[in-house]
Amino acid sequence: MILAAAAKGPHIDWAGVSPLVALLGAATLVLLIGLLRPRVVREGLVPLLALAGFGAAIGLGIWQYHEQKDLIAGALRLDDLTIVLSFVFCGGGAAAVLLSWRAIAPREAAHGEYFALLLTSTAGMWVLVASQNLVTLFLGLELLSIPLYVLCATEMRRATSLESGLKYLIIGSVGSATLLYGLAFIYGATGSTDFAGIARAIGGDVATDSLLLTGIALTVAGLAFKASVAPFHQWTPDVYEGAPTPVTAFMAVATKAAAFGVFLRLFDVALIDTSVDWAPALATLATITIIVGNVGALGQSSLKRLMAWSSVAQAGYMLAGVVVATRLGVQATVFYLAVYLMMNLAAFAVIVIRERESGLGDDISSVQGLGAERPLLALPMTLAMLGLSGIPATAGFIGKFYLIDAAVSGDYAWLGVVIVIGSMVSLAYYLKVIAAMWMQDAPTPGAALATTGHPAMAGGSAEADSGRFEFETWFVALLFGGATLFFGIVPSPLFDLAVDAGRSLSGLF
Amino acid sequence: MNLSVLLWLPLAAVVAGLILPAAEARFAALLGSLAALVYAVVMLFKFDGGQAGLQFVIDKPWISELGIHYKLGVDGLNLFLIALATVLFFACIAWSALREWERPRLFYLWLGLAESGVLGALMAQDLALFVIFFDLMLVPFLFLGGGWGTTPNRVASMVKLFIYTLVGSLLMLSAAVATGVLAPGDSVTFDLAQLASTSRRLPVGSQEWIFLCFAAAFLVKMPAFPLHGWMPDGYKAMPLPVLAVFSGILSKVAAYGFLRVVLPVYPDAAVHFQELLLLISLASILYGSAMAFTTPDARLILGYSSVAQLGFITLGIFSLTDQGGQGALLQAVNHGLVVAPAFLICALLAARSNGSEDIRDMGGIAFRAPILAALFLVVAFANLAMPGSSNFVGEFFILLGTFESKIVIAIVAFTGVVLASVYTLRLFIRSMHNRVGPHVESREIALTDGLVLAPLVALIVAFALYPQVALSKGEGAVKASIAQAKALTAPAKEASR
Repeated sequence: MILAAAAKGPHIDWAGVSPLVALLGAATLVLLIGLLRPRVVREGLVPLLALAGFGAAIGLGIWQYHEQKDLIAGALRLDDLTIVLSFVFCGGGAAAVLLSWRAIAPREAAHGEYFALLLTSTAGMWVLVASQNLVTLFLGLELLSIPLYVLCATEMRRATSLESGLKYLIIGSVGSATLLYGLAFIYGATGSTDFAGIARAIGGDVATDSLLLTGIALTVAGLAFKASVAPFHQWTPDVYEGAPTPVTAFMAVATKAAAFGVFLRLFDVALIDTSVDWAPALATLATITIIVGNVGALGQSSLKRLMAWSSVAQAGYMLAGVVVATRLGVQATVFYLAVYLMMNLAAFAVIVIRERESGLGDDISSVQGLGAERPLLALPMTLAMLGLSGIPATAGFIGKFYLIDAAVSGDYAWLGVVIVIGSMVSLAYYLKVIAAMWMQDAPTPGAALATTGHPAMAGGSAEADSGRFEFETWFVALLFGGATLFFGIVPSPLFDLAVDAGRSLSGLF
Repeated sequence: MNLSVLLWLPLAAVVAGLILPAAEARFAALLGSLAALVYAVVMLFKFDGGQAGLQFVIDKPWISELGIHYKLGVDGLNLFLIALATVLFFACIAWSALREWERPRLFYLWLGLAESGVLGALMAQDLALFVIFFDLMLVPFLFLGGGWGTTPNRVASMVKLFIYTLVGSLLMLSAAVATGVLAPGDSVTFDLAQLASTSRRLPVGSQEWIFLCFAAAFLVKMPAFPLHGWMPDGYKAMPLPVLAVFSGILSKVAAYGFLRVVLPVYPDAAVHFQELLLLISLASILYGSAMAFTTPDARLILGYSSVAQLGFITLGIFSLTDQGGQGALLQAVNHGLVVAPAFLICALLAARSNGSEDIRDMGGIAFRAPILAALFLVVAFANLAMPGSSNFVGEFFILLGTFESKIVIAIVAFTGVVLASVYTLRLFIRSMHNRVGPHVESREIALTDGLVLAPLVALIVAFALYPQVALSKGEGAVKASIAQAKALTAPAKEASR
């Protein structure tokens, strides 16, 4: 009798978890199909199925849009915040699939495994941003991270890729451990692992408990590792540079979206009543991150490292949306995440294309003279750079406007000014890329060996790849470059998503 | 009149020009800027000078979540500046069309985008929209200077220019957001007319830092004395027809920004920082003039003279008197009309002195070129504000206004008028007269170039004869712009008496 009761699981709303099921189902399927012999199956069908998995997750998300429900006994929560963020990282995942289609990494690591890892990691993100409980939070975080450690190291014959994977594993584990330690403290102080329970306990008398504050500090540190917020960002440039470029693109956009999703969930729901304690600390972190990221990017000549530092700086901007702990802040953060996805994917797609055809790796010289040679390819990169630096008529400007708006409305006007000062510094390195594309001549052939010392590692053999028109990478570049421009002029659709996401967190102003 | 048509015509034309063969791209740009010019002239005649407030208003919500409206309008403040912008862009595009450029489609695309950006900044009646266009109009010049520039280190120069000016613009962005959010009222609005109303006025403390952000943006763009570091390199790097519009109209947008945004919306801060701004203007006048008569580079003579002239304009605005404001507005139009042909003439001079823009290599160019010399002389006289020219009227009003508010500053500023004749005549005499330079080949202006230049010079003459056209149409709007700040200075004056 007692045994039977214990074995009875909680009620599961299959419609609600369907996007998650789609991701994990696709991962399983891809893994199995990847074992088949024919080459066309491995190189064609597997990525196609992965793409279908992401498509299904997005489609099911659209189906469940505007639903508000707790799933699996309150472990997860399906609301518009979950769904909108899942659009972001599923979009990032789908783009990563397209960018990896002809990349070297899946060939070396076996297609099935590579794409299954990508899908699993995305499933982890889904769990993470939907989590309502410290335990599911940690579960999601690990499910997100562990596949990424492996993905970073999938170019197994390149030392920097292995180094990147190992570095990410070690530092990521330190981050996870710190986070877990922090979560334990929070549980210790509040006696609950449930977000609602924690919020209730904090509403009681433990708000100034030193145990709780220690827990919050450690949790911030752990999450900051994931979101590459300074001073926990040191791994970012090395890992971004070493990882296969499609994986870097995925990490840059999707991991960030997931990390900020959980920032919003944890801080704006569970810990909202202690915001007087953590908001100034987060604001300081945001300031440090903006300064460190932008200054760090200044001297970079590798595009991937430059994007890594830029992603640190951008994390700082987005943190401002968390700091203010208002609904406007949530909306601005979600909006910026979506915009950030577009700008970064456009840039990374161009980096991938040039890496494969120029033989110069990801060095900035690989895009030199691109404006004269291939204006259509230089355009998405230009829009991405202008957008990231916040020039009007790009979605990046609207995003930054929204963040500053949120910061000023939340009595953090100075943080708005810091964002702006960061953008000024960032102009120096974003313009460097633009200047290389439009105002400098293409490097002479043969410079490849002189610059990198080895021919075209990242894209496989240069001879095999050059001259072949790769539809899928161009599609990603032009789609997201166009989106950067389009949403800079007609931002309303994105605003609707952001507003819905913001509305799903109750108890905010 | 539909202002949207005027705003987007130049851009639409050059975008359509992208599908033309490269050699024909110029005609699309030419047609677009001509259409904009015609439209602006029609607007000039349709504008009802007797009516106060904005005319031809378009007001649609653009980003309702942020309270940003797509609001355009014309009044006495921007009427003539819009016309000036279309004139200068048409002249410079025509001038460029007579010459060959690499990658012409892209070149004209940027020029068309620049024209739309400038027109947008001039017509915007929503603070956020103003900021957007103000930043946007800069982007094309980065590409124009960096891609088609004339010096070897043009990329570095243009990046410097862009960063300098965008630093100001970005500060302005945060200040604009703060204005919209912090202004008292139940909903966020960036509508300039509403922000200027007393019920929406910001608390004095916020006004002050916001004012400084705006002032930084505008003073960098002008440029004014301590913030002009980008100017020498940037001016040297830009191709001359591009520089002519850049110097002719972009700096005026900054001056216009003071009248449109700063004085009406932050009157308390404007009064508080009046002396600071006056001193900056004074420094710009003296520094610009001194540099202009020491540098041998013809471009930089004009560049530094612009620093000085913009100093006069700022002086007029921050005298916070009706005369000063009117003079400043008139002078903004005048200076645009003078400096653009001056840069074009500079290109002709360089072509006659073996490509050198150094006045020590010039001399005696008037020898076989009486028409060129005559055109240049008119421009030079206008630049030094010869009595009878419209610039004289402008400077007179500015100094009159300054006399009324700060007499000491006005007395010092007077030396700027004298210095202007020194450096302008130096440029004219060293290039056109004196001994014929060793590599100078004096020849008459080509007919086609003359056809571009002569109408501009004719406009200078026309304005000299009837400056009251601009003065009377702008009078009401200028007075309204200054009224609040002026009202705040008046009690202080009475108390001191």
